[in-house]
Parts: sequence; structure tokens; C-alpha cells
Amino acid sequence: MYIEELLKEKKRVIVQKWFDLTIETYPEATRNFLKTPAEQSANPVAETIHSALQGLFNGIINRETTETGVGSYLDNVIRIRAIQDFTPAQAVGFIFGLKDVIREELRSDIRRHGMYEDLMGVESRIDRMAAAAFDIYMQCREKIYDLRANEVRNWTYRILKHSNMLKEHEV
Amino acid sequence: MAKLPKPEELSKIDYKPPRTGCTWRETPVQFKEGMYCFGSRPKYLEEVGFPNPREWKPNEEDWKLPENWKDIILDGLKERLEKYRSFRLFMDICVRCGACADKCHFFIGSGDPKNMPVLRAELIRSVYRKYFTPAGKIFGQWAGARELTYDVLKEWWYYFYQCTECRRCSVFCPYGIDQAEITMIGRELLNLIGCNTDWIAGPVANCYRKGNHLGLEPHAIVSNLEYMIDDIEEITGIRVEPSFNRKGAEILFVTPSGDLFGDPGTYTCMGYLMLLHEIGLDYTWSTYASEGGNFGFFTSMEMAKRLNYKIYAEAKRLGVKWILGGECGHMWRVVHQFMDTWNGPADFLEEPVSPITGTKFENAKTTKMVHIAEFTADLIKNGKLKLDPSRNDHLKVTFHDSCNTSRGMGILEEPRYIIKHVCNNFYDMSKNASREKTFCCGSGSGLNAGENMELRMRGGFPRANAVKEVKEQHGVNMLANICAIDRAVLPTLMDYWVPGVSVCGTHELVGNALVMKGEKKRTMDLRLETLPGMEDSEEEE
Repeated sequence: MYIEELLKEKKRVIVQKWFDLTIETYPEATRNFLKTPAEQSANPVAETIHSALQGLFNGIINRETTETGVGSYLDNVIRIRAIQDFTPAQAVGFIFGLKDVIREELRSDIRRHGMYEDLMGVESRIDRMAAAAFDIYMQCREKIYDLRANEVRNWTYRILKHSNMLKEHEV
Repeated sequence: MAKLPKPEELSKIDYKPPRTGCTWRETPVQFKEGMYCFGSRPKYLEEVGFPNPREWKPNEEDWKLPENWKDIILDGLKERLEKYRSFRLFMDICVRCGACADKCHFFIGSGDPKNMPVLRAELIRSVYRKYFTPAGKIFGQWAGARELTYDVLKEWWYYFYQCTECRRCSVFCPYGIDQAEITMIGRELLNLIGCNTDWIAGPVANCYRKGNHLGLEPHAIVSNLEYMIDDIEEITGIRVEPSFNRKGAEILFVTPSGDLFGDPGTYTCMGYLMLLHEIGLDYTWSTYASEGGNFGFFTSMEMAKRLNYKIYAEAKRLGVKWILGGECGHMWRVVHQFMDTWNGPADFLEEPVSPITGTKFENAKTTKMVHIAEFTADLIKNGKLKLDPSRNDHLKVTFHDSCNTSRGMGILEEPRYIIKHVCNNFYDMSKNASREKTFCCGSGSGLNAGENMELRMRGGFPRANAVKEVKEQHGVNMLANICAIDRAVLPTLMDYWVPGVSVCGTHELVGNALVMKGEKKRTMDLRLETLPGMEDSEEEE
């Protein structure tokens, strides 16, 4: 038996618990709102996180944990957390919560089947995913500074162009 | 050198934010970079006679307030409670049902409980209870009351500049409590002791002295428009010839100065120029009342009134019959809901009648100011425009209802009517995110600065998320709107959340589709970019 089969079996429970752990990173008064199911447009943060965690979990099962494999799911959730009240560790740290949930949910099965090496494999995948998440986090933060600079440039671009004050770069 | 943590220490990292160990009333506000604007420079406050001009920084301990700041605020609060019955009601009648809590774009995007409208209002309501209600005076915090302290004041400033006065929460409030008005009073009180933002105070001073937020002087306005006129000639072969400060013109045209200066507002402005030329409207621009927007509205009612009056004074000076206004957001909330009380009725002007269609704009009977979306929709309805919507076929358009024009004055159908006549591909966003339930751009009410970019990205997330939905479903690549602040800030918002979606004013789309008499074959759109499918004809010519 492979650990992936166990993970597939318990997917719903694991993703839900991982989601709950992730929501725990928000202030207490906000958690109820984030845990209440709603339309995507009414509660976009919770819905985006929920669907992203499902995608990421599938990535763990299917051994696709790099940016190419689960990049869009990682991007969806990290893009949000990169501009919220989190330190860098808090913003990407929710990924490690999956380790806790898997250990808890699969403890007896792992013991029974002696799947410790499999578990280590899964945890390494989670680590790789966290590393990819940090790359995306940095891209988002850099983007914020780009946005500030671009906005100022775009406001003045037309005037400078018409005043012949822009010099084309010679290649 | 910093001590390196040991592996066992590293494994104990807690990813949850620390608990502050006290209730929201005692939690001191933390000024996080990216979440607030710079404090106003003294010169801007001096120019308009605002109190306590000085150099100050919001993240510094000492805000250099007058010694009696607390008395000034409490006296100001008392005065406003007596002056505005609505404000007193809003202080008293909230039952904290929470219907508004999850409707605020800042709360949805940030997860910060103090962005719940109910809690943002509690910041001021708790002080009201302490000093103005018997229960609060006697029972203190048991009655939800708290002292006005330096920390509380800082918290007011932090959170009243994290509200865009969009009024989405008020749509859901069973009592109709208008959080925007609470924020407006909160900001007005803060202004009494010089606690403003530079991004708001600068445009206010510019507008007061030079007639527009950007401080463009008459020659700059004319030359900016001339650049656009040159571009229009290049695109259409037609040279439009608007007039400036012309006495005796039938109509005064006023638009936000953002349309005169920054892209993509300038393309919208080219759309106005082309349309008004094509229908042969007898109108004039003013280089003095050259601002439709009103940043005074984000400081105090009095300042908003002073700035609004400039438009009407200019209309009187030029002797026009009525005023046509461009695509703007808060400009229209001011005109529709406040102008008449402050400066109205403008009985020296005439009730607006379209000289082209004969339509009487009865909704503008007292303000004498018509929104260009209403004006253009009426032209189309009466078959006065020749349009070729296929020129916009490369665009899949959705429409962002600006908070002020949708919730503030009910302009919901007109822009959609226009877009559907000038474009073949239009897709509305979800019901929960459009029309009166529209989500704010996240940068309104003077929050469109650069230094508070994270705040803007948080506040704009619900809007961006709804755009992302229509992009994924229909391939939408253009976000149209009728607001200058939207045109300034949505490109940035899209760049972060939904890359690949551009932003335009509705009249840019009109300008593209408008078939002008005697024009040459169009090969370019208003952005001077080649129209897809027209490349060959360009070569043939």
C-alpha cells in the first residue's frame, strides 16, 4: 500500500483541517467569516484559499510540488497573504501545517504499515512546496514596489513623451 | 552578530499572529508601512487656512498636536452631533447585528476586524458614548464607552483612512446607517487638529488656488488638450477645435483633471473631444474650473463646498446655460447629494436640455449638471450617433460600477447601454459585485497614493477577484468604468491581481466606435495602437 492511497482516501478531512489551521492564522474575530461558506465573490479570500489548498494537496499526492506543477495554486494563495498582515514566515508558513495534519490523521496507519519512509517523502515534497511558495512571495513583494514605481512613470509618460523629454534607449 | 537560532528553536516557530491579550478597545494601533499615507505638509494646510500646519509623520510618537487637542475634538464632535441629525442617529441606532461586517472590501481583503464597518464606526461611537450618553458616562466600558486618548486618536486616523466611503456596507444595513458619513465626520474631526494626509491636502490646495487637483495652470491644460487633438487628427484626419473660457457658450464642460493628464484617462478625454465635436455642441472648457473631482470632500464639508462653488462661479461668469460633467466618481456624489444644500439652487442656470435631442434632464433640475453617460446614452437612444462597434471587436469588455455613481446616484444602466452600442463583446460581473453591490476599487476617497500600496491591493481584491471571474469565464480583457480615480488606480490593481486586463473610460470606447463625418479610414485606436484586422488597409494606403 502506498501512502498516496491513504492520502486520497482522507483527502476531504485533511484538506478541511489544513484549511482550518490556515484560517487560524487570521485574527479571532475574522475566522468565523472566513469559515462560513459563501459565494466566491462574497468571500474571495476563503474561497481562494480553500480551492488552492485542494490543488496543492493534489500536487502532493501526484508528486508535483514545484512551481511548474502547482504554481497557479500557490500563486493564488500567496498573492493574498503577501499583502496581508503577515511576516514572511507567517505568509508561507501555513504550508507546514499540512505536515501536522497528515501526521495526526495518518498516525495509526503509518505505524501499522511502517510507512515512515513514505511519510518522509511526503514531507520533503511539502518542504519543496514551501520553498517554491517563498519564491512566489518574493515575486509578489517585489511587484508591490514595481507597482509604485510604474504608477508614477505612467502618470508622467505621456507628458514627457509629448515634450520630447524621453530618450529612446539605443540597442 | 545576531545569534543563530538552534534547530529545535526553529522548529517551534508559531505561524499565528501573536494575541494582544486585550479587547479591541485597548489594542493599540500599529502603523504598518504600506498601509497609510504620509502626513500632510504644512504648506498645503496653510494655503487653505486649515489648522495646525506642521511637519509630522504618522509613524512617529509625537504628532505635534495642539495642547488642547482633546477639547477641540470633543467640541467638534458635539457641534456635529447637533448639526447633523443623521450622524447622531448613526451613533445611537446601530444594534451591532453584523450585517455590514463582511461587506467591506477592506475587511474582506485584509481580514483585519477593525475594517468591519461596524467596528470602524465603534471607534468613534465608543468615544461618543463616553462623553455624550448617560450610560457611557456612568458605566464606562460596560456600556461600550472609552476615553479619547492619544492612542484612540491615532487609531481613528489609521482606520478612517482605510475606508473609501464607498457605502457598500450601508446597502446591507437594515437601518441604513451610512458608514461613509461616519468616516467623513471622523476625518473632519481629525482635520480640526491638522491630521490629514499629504495626498489629499495637496490636491485640495492645488484645486483651491489653481482650479484642479494637479495644479495644472491654464497653459498646461490647453497644451495637454492640444496633444490629444494632434493624436485625434492622426487617427481620424479630423482636427477638433474646442474652445476655452468662452463666454456665451451654451454649455460648460467640466471633467476630472486626471483625464487631462494621465493615461488611460487621456484616451477617455479624447473620446469626449471627438464626441462633442461630432455633434457640434456649443460648449466650452474652463481652465479655471478645471476639476470635476473634489478632494475637499475628503477633508470637511466646508472645504468641499468651497471647491464645488468654483464650478458654479465659473458657469455664472461664462454665462452658460448648464454644465455637462465628465466621467468621475465622487464629483457626482458631491453634485447629486450635497451641492444643492451647500451652493444650490443654481437658479442662474437653466434646466438642462440636450440641444441635440431636445431631452430634458429633469434629474438635474436643481443642480443643472448632467453626467456625460446620461447625455451620450440619450444621443444613442435618439439615433444621433453613427457607430461602428466592430472597431472594438478585439476587446472583451466588462464594466466596473463606480461606488459614487452607482450607489450615490443610481447611474447603472446608462454606461451599460452605451457600452453595448459601441462594443460587441460585453460581459457583466457577478450580481454580488456589480450595480449597487459593486466593490470599490480600493483607492477611492483620496486613498490613491503610492505609499499605501498594500492597503490598496487589499481593498481592491474583491473587485479584482470579480474581474478575474469574468476573465476566466469569457476572456475579458478590458475593464471599462466612468470614474477618473478608477482609471488611475485600476490598471495597477489589475497588474497585481489580474494581469492581462486593461482599463478604459467608457468614452474611449465611444471614441473608437464613433464614425465621424469626413474621417479617414481608421487604422488605429485612440491609444495609437493598430486596430486588429485593419493592418492591411494601412499598408494599402
